Amino acid sequence: MKEEFNIISNLIEENTRVLDVGCGNGDLMKFLQENKTKDIRGLEISKEKVQNCLSKGLTVIEGNAESDLKQFPKSSFDYVILSQTLQAFLNPELVINELLKVGKKVIVTIPNFGYWRVRLQLLFKGTMPVTENLPHEWYNTPNLHMCTIKDFYNFCSSKNIKIFKSIALKKSRISEINKSNLDYKNLDSHLGIFLIES
Amino acid sequence: MNKNIDTKKIIISNPLKLDCGKEINNFPIAYETYGELNSEKSNAILVFHALTGDQYVSGKNPITNKDGWWSYVVGENKPIDTNKFFVICANVIGGCMGSYGPSTINESTGKQIGTDFPIITINDMVNAQYELIKYLEIEKLFAVVGGSMGGMQVLQFVTNFPDKAKLAIPIACTSSHSAQNIAFNELGRQAIMADSKWENGFYSNYKLNPDKGLAVARMAAHITYLSEKGLQEKFGRKLQDRDSLRYGFEADFQIESYLRYQGSVFVDRFDANSYLYITRAMDYFDLSKQYKGNLSDAFKETKTKFFVISFTSDWLYPTSENREIVIALNSIGADVGFVEIESDKGHDSFLLDVPSFLKTLGDYINSTYKVINERRI
Repeated sequence: MKEEFNIISNLIEENTRVLDVGCGNGDLMKFLQENKTKDIRGLEISKEKVQNCLSKGLTVIEGNAESDLKQFPKSSFDYVILSQTLQAFLNPELVINELLKVGKKVIVTIPNFGYWRVRLQLLFKGTMPVTENLPHEWYNTPNLHMCTIKDFYNFCSSKNIKIFKSIALKKSRISEINKSNLDYKNLDSHLGIFLIES
Repeated sequence: MNKNIDTKKIIISNPLKLDCGKEINNFPIAYETYGELNSEKSNAILVFHALTGDQYVSGKNPITNKDGWWSYVVGENKPIDTNKFFVICANVIGGCMGSYGPSTINESTGKQIGTDFPIITINDMVNAQYELIKYLEIEKLFAVVGGSMGGMQVLQFVTNFPDKAKLAIPIACTSSHSAQNIAFNELGRQAIMADSKWENGFYSNYKLNPDKGLAVARMAAHITYLSEKGLQEKFGRKLQDRDSLRYGFEADFQIESYLRYQGSVFVDRFDANSYLYITRAMDYFDLSKQYKGNLSDAFKETKTKFFVISFTSDWLYPTSENREIVIALNSIGADVGFVEIESDKGHDSFLLDVPSFLKTLGDYINSTYKVINERRI
């Protein structure tokens, strides 16, 4: 978690306007507030988590990214963050489009379904993968649209979404993803972090 | 009502131009305060009361001898902790707890003003209360807070005085009274005016009171403050002090007895004309209309931080209407948080012991106070 926060924080310029979509209990918001910018908002669907955020004094709105991002004006945030949530939406493509409208830049992090440990479980055990990063069973997972680093990379190029920076994370090891090492990073990373723009 | 109240009061000498066109001056505003104003005057919270509320937010209400209407929220070690904050609440103009209203005595005639009282609006109420803030010499409030009609006043206050409050918390309210809201208010007013003792609003001249009408108004309104589920769980079809139906029109059911009781205690503490005037002010409330249909423009100047709260079972001021306020604020990039609190207690949830509401509100106010103070240092 900490490594992901650090990477995200390093992608953000100081004193900019940030929206964290699916902000959970506000841990990333707190982290960024202490390190980067005071001007940060959150959107979260769970009442309980919204209440936890508000209790910490964080500015969070209860709402659903698929329907409630519309209310923010175009380019009203310097950065919009979607941390490990894309796979849980009914319509990830719509959400990405909304994020790109609201934010000048968008940071998306993706639990990589192409990670070798994940692949091995399906290959050898023959069961849906359960890992530290993807802890749910097939019958109770909130993740409707799992994807790989390569899937997201290809998605961006097919939709003409500019990738400014793409970073792979394995344990605490950070590396850059590019066209030539994509297949390897897709196999050897548990998380992909993308800084994109429409 | 007015007669035997020994309450804190100031006389506003500045003329106040009302929305109806009339002007008032030298009029009283009754208020109460809790806690101490700190030396920097940075800990003041102005609380706005709802339709039938008054300035007695916390502690014992000296008129009713019951707990203040927001005792769950305001007091020592409560979510708005009076050990820390200086809480101010004024009786709205049009009210009957000492502020200028239809039961105020006209000194030239020695009689109550009655329906000669001018029609007032939420805007007028807020402008009158701003005079109190000036009198108390508070340059900037830490927060303005209120539920229901109190929430409408919060919205109007930050609209009229965009740099006078750091934090605004409108709870269970709306930016524009809906047809359903107006309909229920009209029902209440018609009940009062249909009472033969109303005498066109001059009942006090005849030593009369339209108690029956006012009680019916209260009973109807009270239903709108609860939820269907809450009513069913609390009362169901339970009978009142009897084992079987009596085949008559007495209060067979507990819910009937409950509503009759609510009506009867209400008339002892509330003036029928005040009920007419205040419900009218609520009906006239339409903040977006004041800004040519664009609610966002109402808040354009604001630097205030907002926290909007609604309740799942509130069908009088439903979440959708509270959300409209949030959307308007978001569309101008204002700093706004929002949560819909889970509760079966209907619109009245904001007055009652709803732990997740009390905790979220208290934590939010306290952590925001801390953050704002830290920034200043």
